[in-house]
Amino acid sequence: MNPVNYLYLAALLFTIGAAGVLIRRNAIVVFMCVELMLNACNLAFVTFARMHGNLDGQIIAFFTMVVAAAEVVIGLAIILTIFRSRHSASVDDASLLKL
Amino acid sequence: MENLIGLLVLVPLLGAGVLLCGGRRLDRAGHWIGTLVAALSFVIGAVLFAGLLGRAADDRELDVTVFSWVPVGGFHADAGFQLDQLSVTFVLLITGVGSLIHLYSVGYMAHDERRRRFFGYLNLFLAAMLLLVLADNYLLLYVGWEGVGLASYLLIGFWQHKPSAATAAKKAFLVNRVGDVGLSIAVMLMFTTFGTFAFGPVLDHADRAGEGRLTAIGLMLLLAACGKSAQVPLQSWLGDAMEGPTPVSALIHAATMVTAGVYLITRSAAIFDAAPVAQAAVVAVGAVTLLFGAIVGCAKDDIKKALAGSTMSQIGYMVLAAGLGPLGYVFAIMHLVTHGFFKAGLFLGAGSVMHGMNDEVDMRRYGGLRKYMPVTFVTFGLGYLAIIGFPGLSGFFSKDKIIEAAFAKGGTEGWILGGAALLGAAITAYYMTRVMVLTFFGEERWRPAPSPDEPSAEPAAAAHEGAMPHPHESPKVMTIPMIVLAAGSVLAGGLFSIDDAFVRWLSPVTGHEEGNSPVGALTVTAATMVVMVLGVALAWFQYGRRPVPVTPPRGSLLTRAARRDLLQDDINHIVLVRGGDHLVRGLARVDHGLVDGAVNGTAAAVGGASARLRRLQNGFARSYAVSMFGGTAVLIAATLLMRAV
Amino acid sequence: MSFPLLTATAAVPALGAVATAAVPAARRAAARWLALGFSLATLVLAAVQLARFDTASKTPFQFTESHAWIADFGVRYELGVDGIAVVLIGLTALLVPFVVLAGWHDADPLETSSRRWRPTQGFFALILLVEAMVVIAFEATDVFVFYIFFEAMLVPMYFLIGGFGDRAGPHTEAEAAGRRSHAAVKFLLYNLVGGLIMLAAVIGLYAVTAHQLGEGTFSLTRIVEARAAGRLDIATTTERALFLGFFFAFAVKAPLWPLHTWLPGAMTETTAPVAVLITAVVDKVGTFAMLRFCLQLFPDASRWATPVVLGLALVSILYGALLAVAQKDIKRLIAYASISHFGFIVLGIFAMTTQGQSGATLYMVNHGISTAALMLVAGFLIARRGSRLIEDYGGVQKVAPVLAGTFLVGGLATLSLPGLAPFVSEFLVLVGTFSRHPVLGAVATVGIVLAALYVLVLYQRTMTGPVAEPVRGMPDLRARELVVVTPLVVLLLVLGIYPKPVTDVLDPAVQHTMSQVHKGDPAPDVRVSDARVKDARVNDVEAAK
Repeated sequence: MNPVNYLYLAALLFTIGAAGVLIRRNAIVVFMCVELMLNACNLAFVTFARMHGNLDGQIIAFFTMVVAAAEVVIGLAIILTIFRSRHSASVDDASLLKL
Repeated sequence: MENLIGLLVLVPLLGAGVLLCGGRRLDRAGHWIGTLVAALSFVIGAVLFAGLLGRAADDRELDVTVFSWVPVGGFHADAGFQLDQLSVTFVLLITGVGSLIHLYSVGYMAHDERRRRFFGYLNLFLAAMLLLVLADNYLLLYVGWEGVGLASYLLIGFWQHKPSAATAAKKAFLVNRVGDVGLSIAVMLMFTTFGTFAFGPVLDHADRAGEGRLTAIGLMLLLAACGKSAQVPLQSWLGDAMEGPTPVSALIHAATMVTAGVYLITRSAAIFDAAPVAQAAVVAVGAVTLLFGAIVGCAKDDIKKALAGSTMSQIGYMVLAAGLGPLGYVFAIMHLVTHGFFKAGLFLGAGSVMHGMNDEVDMRRYGGLRKYMPVTFVTFGLGYLAIIGFPGLSGFFSKDKIIEAAFAKGGTEGWILGGAALLGAAITAYYMTRVMVLTFFGEERWRPAPSPDEPSAEPAAAAHEGAMPHPHESPKVMTIPMIVLAAGSVLAGGLFSIDDAFVRWLSPVTGHEEGNSPVGALTVTAATMVVMVLGVALAWFQYGRRPVPVTPPRGSLLTRAARRDLLQDDINHIVLVRGGDHLVRGLARVDHGLVDGAVNGTAAAVGGASARLRRLQNGFARSYAVSMFGGTAVLIAATLLMRAV
Repeated sequence: MSFPLLTATAAVPALGAVATAAVPAARRAAARWLALGFSLATLVLAAVQLARFDTASKTPFQFTESHAWIADFGVRYELGVDGIAVVLIGLTALLVPFVVLAGWHDADPLETSSRRWRPTQGFFALILLVEAMVVIAFEATDVFVFYIFFEAMLVPMYFLIGGFGDRAGPHTEAEAAGRRSHAAVKFLLYNLVGGLIMLAAVIGLYAVTAHQLGEGTFSLTRIVEARAAGRLDIATTTERALFLGFFFAFAVKAPLWPLHTWLPGAMTETTAPVAVLITAVVDKVGTFAMLRFCLQLFPDASRWATPVVLGLALVSILYGALLAVAQKDIKRLIAYASISHFGFIVLGIFAMTTQGQSGATLYMVNHGISTAALMLVAGFLIARRGSRLIEDYGGVQKVAPVLAGTFLVGGLATLSLPGLAPFVSEFLVLVGTFSRHPVLGAVATVGIVLAALYVLVLYQRTMTGPVAEPVRGMPDLRARELVVVTPLVVLLLVLGIYPKPVTDVLDPAVQHTMSQVHKGDPAPDVRVSDARVKDARVNDVEAAK
């Protein structure tokens, strides 16, 4: 099978993830969409590794997974804290980043 | 002998240091220390003088370099002294008259709690003045020049709890500073022209520089002389300087410091001789001032201010003479010395009168004092006769020579100058007679002084405030200096003129040539006598024969103008004070509004812009995400497009 | 390897800063003594530098130290002093003990204050830290090292200005704190902007050297050598741009009109000792760097910029003096007077004559001493009465004659009275300027009249006249204050009468700088050789015999 198709799939997944981040309000869903985007990248990396016949892409994919795992831990912790203090998981309610 | 020259400056300087830093434990002996120091420097001066007399006439110059003061690249200023006939003449005048006035001050300042400091300042003045006349280069002269200005500032403002004294002191210093600008520019010009500013090389090579350059140097030196010697247009400080204690007026503002300008011009003779334009300016300044001062002197009712006008006028004579070139240098110095005697004597007499009259200075409130103060009357009278040029007294010899020299200048110029000098002599006779008559003759017009709105000058006077004055003769310590100075004003001129001793003494330094007067010497003398008698007679008729009103009459336009010092302060006020005020305030606004405003404006603009930009930071995570995606999209598109191109 | 004298001179105050800051709160008084001790130790090291400095040496820099630091960017830790630097280090080390002594009680904790940090220790530690950075900035011969400390000294200065002020004033404590922090922020921003522009120029310089020499360097000596050998040839436009970048930072620091407006605020709102630190020590780095970096790195551009710089300097002189006349606040007046004096210093540097540059360097020293004397006495006065306004005083002379006397001496030094040190330097600057630009020199001379005006008006209004009611009973100088003022006054007198020891150290360095700029002194119109004159006179005398 043509590996390019995997790239199309990766692009599709990435777009879905991006759209989710932008559109959805629920922090958990936004978070899942971020994960989706990361995995889309992983897919692309692995595909490129296959296409170029070396392991660089696969190694980077591992890194991404580590980063994603760390992100899950910290992100979920933040979301939980916000939910505890605000009783809401909406990202728009946590508009405290501005001055 | 060379070592003595440095000692001459060092001794009074040390005296000043000891007295000023010594603290209160010197309060009881301070005045005698100060007087002793002055006397000691006079002795050193006399020894040096004797030493010079013992040498051949053309070998009377001693040079001594003490140390290298400012050596930078091609710029060499040495702390060096030069003693020759001219400077030793000044040394004797300064230390001699200075010692007498120190002695007088012991009595005059007896009741002042800050007497020690007063003597410290007087010693400082002596040191600076001696440095001025002994320096062997213009930069060191400049140090003395400003040093005497500082001493004068401190002494005019000695009673600085009086705002008028503090203001007068400041004014004197400021006006002098304007003159100092002239001196420093002159020194700079010398440096760029000759690469040095030591007397020897500059004066020896003056003729090799361009005339334009020399004229500029000469004019700048003249500006300096105008400031220090209270010549028009920088004359305005001298009248106010009379706020200082009277011994100060006698020493600094009559006998010595104010004549420094004449010294400067005479010392720079070689420059002026080669720059006719500058020389003409000197003559013009002298002629104008001698009339200006005389007119002011006629209108003043304050005895010290009348004498100050007279000082200005007499220095005008000296400057006039110095501007005549070799015709007049010697006579300028000769008049300077005789003037030192009689004007110091007159001021000390005035101080003695004030001492006996509760510090009253208004001559309209004197009268009939000759009975009460016989010694003061006689010594003041002799000084008076000397200044109006009474035959045989010292003023006669010196002033007469100047008038002759003015005529000898030749041409229309000679006639104008001679005429001005003659007119000045008449006015001098008039105003001095007026002073004499108002003070010592006529009925007693005393009043209980001083009035409450003028805080008393001396604490002692406050004790008998409101009481009628009891005029009394001053103590011996004050009268003895007056007697010595009176003797000097009687004899000096005659002694100097025996066998032209003074001319022979000074001419190796200044150069001298006898002029050919279009009118004979005898004619000039006769004319001088006639105008003097006219002046005396006029004053006598006006003030001696008629009762003197205690409040001054309104007077003519000229009298009123003269009372206001011929509007000098008004002109200065309008032009400088008010203009300067506007300038300064305007600049302060510019600094705050424009310069700092630009800075603050930039800050405000940045702040405003960021306040606007801040709105983009709304805190919604998803809007940040949009901008991130948007940015990434744009970047990718740009990259692809660049590839495509 | 010999003893690293230069590093030690900078390290001692830095160590002192750490030690002072570490003093526990219970023994805060010990911090003062510690600070005084360290500043005196620095003074000893500076004196050793001066004593061992070889004026006859042909090498431009002495006591040099050089170590690799950031090898990738050619940054080396290079120190070395010439005559100018060694004298200015001496000035810094000399003034800091007086600053410490004068500020003895300036950082005592207020009863009302609820501040948690330790102001006494902080105050003295910051002063020592500034000293360390200033010293190393004077010593650095590597542009990058210089730049780092030139910028870093802003930080302690910021805290000194913002954290400490006069105890009393026309404002409440809160208002005063607000004004202080405004002044401190202004100081910081102004200098940071200058510093950033300079940073760009520093990087630019690196790029040029990296491009032309093969490897980039910040070393002043190497760049100067390469230029002299023709291996480095900076294009005219580039050189001018780099010059402007450097000059801008130094002109802010100096400060030169119209970049001066941070100075009055900073000097007024902070305590008098810190004001002395600003104007007498920190600002000198700016004028010093003009001499060392602007002129030596970019000689052609310096000559190109001379007319404009001279113009700005002249404006500074007159503008500062005129504005000083208009001030109602004693410290503000002294600040504007300093602006005028900095004008003289810049004028002397860019007059490009030996007299001008020697005078300018000497001026830095003398201005440091004279301003310190005037400002510290003013600080003592203000502390007594609790007001900075001139109108609140009058007749102080009557109640506190010694205070008034020393104030007058400081004032007279400020107006450059002959016999006191500043006269020598001011005259040298004027004569140096005059010999190349007569009109400029003559106009600048007017500044001496204005100086007399503002000093004497200040003295008259505060010290003379009838005794003002609040001044009655004012105590005269105390022993500690006399210890501060007396040496300064003595120095003013000594350097006025015998400046030769200082000029002898300066002269070779100035000659070296002048040769870098390829300028010689203008020759006089009439050549007068002293020897010949003396001979001629002797001959005359003999002929007469």
